[in-house]
Amino acid sequence: MIEARGDAPIDAAAGARATRAAAWRFVLQRASAAVLAVCVVVHLASIIVAIRGGLSAEAIVARMHANPAWPAFYAVFVVAVAIHAPLGLRAIADEWLGLRGKVTDIALGLVALLLLAGGLYAVASLAG
Amino acid sequence: MRRSDFRAREHSGWWAFLVHRVSGIVLALFLPVHFFVLSQALSRPTRLNDFLAWTRAPGVKLAETLLVLALAAHLAGGVRLLFVEFVGWRANWQKSALAIAAAAALAYALLFALNG
Repeated sequence: MIEARGDAPIDAAAGARATRAAAWRFVLQRASAAVLAVCVVVHLASIIVAIRGGLSAEAIVARMHANPAWPAFYAVFVVAVAIHAPLGLRAIADEWLGLRGKVTDIALGLVALLLLAGGLYAVASLAG
Repeated sequence: MRRSDFRAREHSGWWAFLVHRVSGIVLALFLPVHFFVLSQALSRPTRLNDFLAWTRAPGVKLAETLLVLALAAHLAGGVRLLFVEFVGWRANWQKSALAIAAAAALAYALLFALNG
């Protein structure tokens, strides 16, 4: 059911679009969460191993070069985070700050792009 | 802000919600910094190594441990949520699931703190 907020009239087509968008957000948030659950377990384990081996710029770069699976893994990690974090922030902006609507969605889209670009740039910097 | 009945806060599920939300905000704020610092590994390795040396100071190590706790808590709480949504709700399992999630997150943070 579409919840009408304020005085904005909601027509049936717009309502159906909003419902579809909400369903997609739900699916994307849970699918990215499932991917992240695996990624974070691997990340937490590798943090312990990395600290034991002595954490340095050279050690981080060497680890990323040791196996091409590492950059691929971190690229998947970044994509999942870039989907998951803005959707989580969207719920918080709505429920705690009362921020919703097009401007909020555009701002959160920019957050997604920032995380995606920044994360992939970091992975490329380490693997390059 | 939507205000809920204060009696809800006597429920352990409300605290799980708050931990999940606050840890999520902390992680979202940390990520851009994390990416920026890591992107300097090849271009400015000395600067990254100076930064890594700084993270061994006790105060910074404590903040880092809290950050790791936030990640572990968000993971454990998130897995619990996925379980509730896709496997099923069992009222008499909820407190145990919360306790396991909290214990796993705290155990990992302790391992991290004592490891370095």
